[in-house]
Amino acid sequence: MNIVVLIKQVPDTTEVRIDPATNTLVREGVPSIVNPFDTYAIEEALRIREAAGEGVVTVMSMGPPQVESSLREAIALGVDEAVLLSDRAFAGSDTWSTSYTLAAGIRKLGVPDVVLTGKQAIDGDTAQVGPGVAQFLDVPQVTYVKKLEIADGKARAERMMEDGHDVLSVLLPAVFTVVKDINEPRLPSLRGKMKAKKAAITVWGRDDLEVDDAELGLDGSPTRVLRVFVPEPRAGGTIIEGDVDEIVDALAPELVSILKGEASSVEA
Amino acid sequence: MSYFLTEEQEMLKDLCAQIAREKILPVRAELDESGEFPWEVVKVMAASDIYGVYIPEEYGGFGGGVLEMCIATEELSKVCGGIALAFAASALGAYPILLFASDEQKKKYLPPIASGETLAAFALTEANAGSDAGAIETRAELDGDAYVLNGTKQWITNGGEAGIYTVVARTSKGTGIRGISILIVEDGTPGFTYGKKEDKMGIRASATRELIFQDCRVPKENLLGREGMGFLIAMRTFDKSRPGVAAQAVGIAQGAFDEAVKFARAREQFGQPVASFQGLQFMLADMAIDIEAARSLVYSVARLIDSGAKDIGKVSAMAKVFASDVAMRVTTDAVQVMGGSGYMKEYPVEKMMRDAKITQIYEGTNQIQRSIIASAVIKESAAKEKKEK
Repeated sequence: MNIVVLIKQVPDTTEVRIDPATNTLVREGVPSIVNPFDTYAIEEALRIREAAGEGVVTVMSMGPPQVESSLREAIALGVDEAVLLSDRAFAGSDTWSTSYTLAAGIRKLGVPDVVLTGKQAIDGDTAQVGPGVAQFLDVPQVTYVKKLEIADGKARAERMMEDGHDVLSVLLPAVFTVVKDINEPRLPSLRGKMKAKKAAITVWGRDDLEVDDAELGLDGSPTRVLRVFVPEPRAGGTIIEGDVDEIVDALAPELVSILKGEASSVEA
Repeated sequence: MSYFLTEEQEMLKDLCAQIAREKILPVRAELDESGEFPWEVVKVMAASDIYGVYIPEEYGGFGGGVLEMCIATEELSKVCGGIALAFAASALGAYPILLFASDEQKKKYLPPIASGETLAAFALTEANAGSDAGAIETRAELDGDAYVLNGTKQWITNGGEAGIYTVVARTSKGTGIRGISILIVEDGTPGFTYGKKEDKMGIRASATRELIFQDCRVPKENLLGREGMGFLIAMRTFDKSRPGVAAQAVGIAQGAFDEAVKFARAREQFGQPVASFQGLQFMLADMAIDIEAARSLVYSVARLIDSGAKDIGKVSAMAKVFASDVAMRVTTDAVQVMGGSGYMKEYPVEKMMRDAKITQIYEGTNQIQRSIIASAVIKESAAKEKKEK
């Protein structure tokens, strides 16, 4: 049972600040962490390996050299191997190029039985890289997985939906993106932390991968970010209190004005 | 301030801080209220290898010493001095084995303690024997291949939760402190039951319970060292474990201090943060000085012990007395700095003040510690004078 977990290093804040001049994330002074959703993917990989009683869990990420610290955190949790895809040629990748490059990294490693990652990253929030990798590898994908059972070369996955959950059976290899309901991530162990300190991190650049330059980095990214802006905060709603008659009396004129298309203090 | 910890010690400190923040903080108020034992936290600490930090590698531990035990205890105690005891009291129970057991006994009992699979507990105190260890009444009579244990131990930390107990009992030979020995007793041994569980002022998430022995047959090979060595083993154990109590005290003090400073910066009166008033500033300064001095002493003593130094009783007692008195002062002042808020259960400092009190009492009251220190300094002076003559 071989598993690859794709992780992303993100700034440790949910309130990401944007530099209005460059439209990029402000990373100065913000500590980096493993994307929280990816920590659930790591935990799930470790549990699958433990249940199988054998196998190798490899954690992989694409990014600048400092991402190594996040890969070491994964090793401290019990991951066996770590690969960093790092090259100036990868810089500026959008979700297309990132998926393309990660898929190339996975192919070089040998396509595993299971690829796991978080449902999305808390900085970009696109939720596209997991599915993109599945497309480039041409394997099945299940997103928003809240329960995963692996047996006999197949997976039974429960996909979280707004109105319940889907149950899907897929052939392996396959890519799964996970939600927080799937497990409770463990804390590192002292032995793990010591192992992580000494562990060798494999770094692959452009020349190590079978890739087409036209698909890499900024030039290979079809997305162009024209503008990033903070949306206007929504106006707060109005709470109307009182008994039913009083509420109706207060609400009726508002509803009439909304129906007439007039401005209203009540959120529709 | 840097304490010149090694990279591995920093790693241990970070890991314990993470456990405290992520696993202890969310449950401390609830467990303080209910008095329930923190088994979930114990499992996390076990999985994170914390229980083995002071145990040699050959017995499944990390090969650290008293300093490692103190670092872990302090970090856990910053968030909850009660839950921290699920670790520290196991070390107290394990030290007699670590220090005096045969290789065979160590191989049997230390690995499950190091892995956190089993907790240990040390059982000395009785209704009529605490500070006066020579007054122990629990008896262990040799009968064929076993000691028959009879008596009741009280206020035993980890009692009822631990799997391995190091029990101080009077054996047939000798009188006073020369007549006592220590036996390893496993949970589940016929004739060994648990009595009253105490309802305490502080450290409420820690179990404090009676152990009852009624014709409890303990295999002869579970004797630690030789008969009559019990008092020596107990004293050597305390020499090693008292810095742990001191570290617990430093942790509690630091935790309360951090809360008080944070509060003083945010709380405004007369149009400014209360931290801007000199009256409070001087209190905070004194608290900071106290904590820094206590930690320095505890780490120095722990390092001295780990260097293999002999005659550590005096300095070990000094660390315990100083740090626990600091913890009581600092937590009391933390409540004062925070005023009405500090007195309320909504904030953790009133709990820290209750938790701090025990550190002045257990593992030898601070009065007993001062007796140990005084008798050591008097002996040292006499020895010096003799040498000079």
